[in-house]
Amino acid sequence: MLKISLDKLDKLFEAISASQTLYIPVDREDGAAEYKKYENGMKLSSALNTLRSAKDFFFPQTENLVDFKMEGQNIEVIDVREESEDFVIFGVRACDARSFTILDKVFLAEPVDSYYKNRRDHGTVVTMACTRPTETCFCGTFGIDAAAPEGDAACYSDGESLFIEAHNEKGQKFIDSISSLLEDGDTAKLEAVRAKTREILKKLPLANLTTDNFGGDKLNEYFNSDKWGELSESCLGCGTCTFVCPTCQCYDIKDFNTGHGIKRFRCWDSCMYSDFTKMAHGNPRLTQLERFRQRFMHKLVYFPANNNGEFGCVGCGRCLAKCPISMNIVKVMKALEVK
Amino acid sequence: MQEAMINKAKQLLADGTVDRVIGWKRGEFAYDITPAVFETAEELEKEFVFDDFTAANVSKYLVKESKKEGKILAFLKPCDTYSFNQLTKEHRVVRENVYIVGIPGGPKLDAEKIKAKGITGILGVKNENYTLKIDTVYGEETMPFYEAILDKCATCKSKKHVVYDELIGDEGEVLDSNRFDMVEKLENMTAQERYDFWRGELSKCIRCNACRNVCPACTCEKCVFDNPNSGVENKAPADSFEENMFHIIRAFHVAGRCTDCGECSRVCPQHIPLHLLNRKFIKDINSLYGEYQAGEDTTSRAPLNDYKQDDCETTVVHERGVE
Repeated sequence: MLKISLDKLDKLFEAISASQTLYIPVDREDGAAEYKKYENGMKLSSALNTLRSAKDFFFPQTENLVDFKMEGQNIEVIDVREESEDFVIFGVRACDARSFTILDKVFLAEPVDSYYKNRRDHGTVVTMACTRPTETCFCGTFGIDAAAPEGDAACYSDGESLFIEAHNEKGQKFIDSISSLLEDGDTAKLEAVRAKTREILKKLPLANLTTDNFGGDKLNEYFNSDKWGELSESCLGCGTCTFVCPTCQCYDIKDFNTGHGIKRFRCWDSCMYSDFTKMAHGNPRLTQLERFRQRFMHKLVYFPANNNGEFGCVGCGRCLAKCPISMNIVKVMKALEVK
Repeated sequence: MQEAMINKAKQLLADGTVDRVIGWKRGEFAYDITPAVFETAEELEKEFVFDDFTAANVSKYLVKESKKEGKILAFLKPCDTYSFNQLTKEHRVVRENVYIVGIPGGPKLDAEKIKAKGITGILGVKNENYTLKIDTVYGEETMPFYEAILDKCATCKSKKHVVYDELIGDEGEVLDSNRFDMVEKLENMTAQERYDFWRGELSKCIRCNACRNVCPACTCEKCVFDNPNSGVENKAPADSFEENMFHIIRAFHVAGRCTDCGECSRVCPQHIPLHLLNRKFIKDINSLYGEYQAGEDTTSRAPLNDYKQDDCETTVVHERGVE
């Protein structure tokens, strides 16, 4: 496999960023990692994952869809879409890489979301295998191998070198663009590192969590479960879980009055919010119990029902770490599961 | 302490004093505690937990719980009692429907601080003489207890319970805390430095509303930011103005009512030190209207809801605004 010495990462990033915009995870002052546009001298974070997920690149929290300009009786409709520039997201973990497949099922199905597709077409996803998974990780539950991430191209570290391989044409094009920096490398040590990672994955506290008893055919038994009351009783109704989630994809579309026109924008929405899917008669989900149930039913039942059994979760563990009251999909699955 | 609390709860359930108990429930890991209501001795024995991670303030849940039939036992830490008193003062909780057992406060631990040390794969956390022994997938790690405590506990204002029906353990004192140190530091910055500090912090906001929803002072039935008819409803920090506006308006709305329980900063997924906005108001109220601690009692008039002839004049805004 092709490789580059880890101490030459700066050179690699400089080379990539010379031809297109590069985003890498970097450490913030408070210790959290976040994706930043690469500038010379930036150091790749060693954190397991970024605080916010990588979905932001394709599905940003807010974006303008269309502008309306009013002049007398005339309304001019202005298409604000611009062709996205090519960009590379480097260091995406296996969980987040899978989340793109899930988002694709929503945004690239007919009718295709052209805003999303534009960014997806121009973005190259370069993943990074995990070597130090943590207690909140459960990507294995969804058939994801943290030691072998998906993406257009994937990177693996053996502690000395960064190995890189392409998974598709886009990934190959990416590797070709940096090939002068790469050399052939022996993967014996890398294989040992990967084997060790897989051993650790087996020892994680959530390693035995399975989706065996969830899926599109379990609608009635779970929807009508008497566990929802207890599970949702201390839910604050905030949107933390939905906003750190790499697969939550609900949004709202609103008009912003600029005084001389309208900017129609969309922004992330959360099923936990009281005004989610509000219609003329109000919110169809009157209490937090129903809103809470919606989120988990969507991920564990409705989504697989509509997407050939694929679940709406990748086991990244962000909601486990971030929920203010520590209620999350793992606790829900364990409480709800009927074997 | 946990054992004593479970026994107390069982006794109060058995003798009919209460029919429910609000406390904390054990999670998957050492630290992921969830506030919960218990109805039976069996539930208490199985899941009730009180340890170094039971930091959540349960007072706000009593807004809803105290309006149900029957009486609920609430275990309140000193800081939680200030929130409860303030809610009583604002007629948000039904005092008669809550039986309060005062319990010792923190310092409580912040799992994020342990993780920030690079400690991952946490399987268990033990406090041995104020050294944390952390069992992980990668072997045992240690760190000093006091480096992992919550910010709100590091600047604790009081170990005293301002309301209770009975106490477990000894009564503490109001502390001479260092909680305004950082506010002073911000006050001593130039306007530009302060602006940069807050833009840096508030630009991290993802508008999850966790700060607002956990806040015991935020009990509006319908928040103006959730009301499509208000004209200011917004779900996303669409621009920097909105990011600032949400937090500053919220800080204004809870001014004089915020007890400084610190929950806003504890739950912020982006680690924004939101409590500093509230503390600035508390500090200003203290210096402009005389010392006042929200939640200390249930009857006094709050400075911002009161008029006295020697209240500061509005020109104070101009005077203090000069660099």
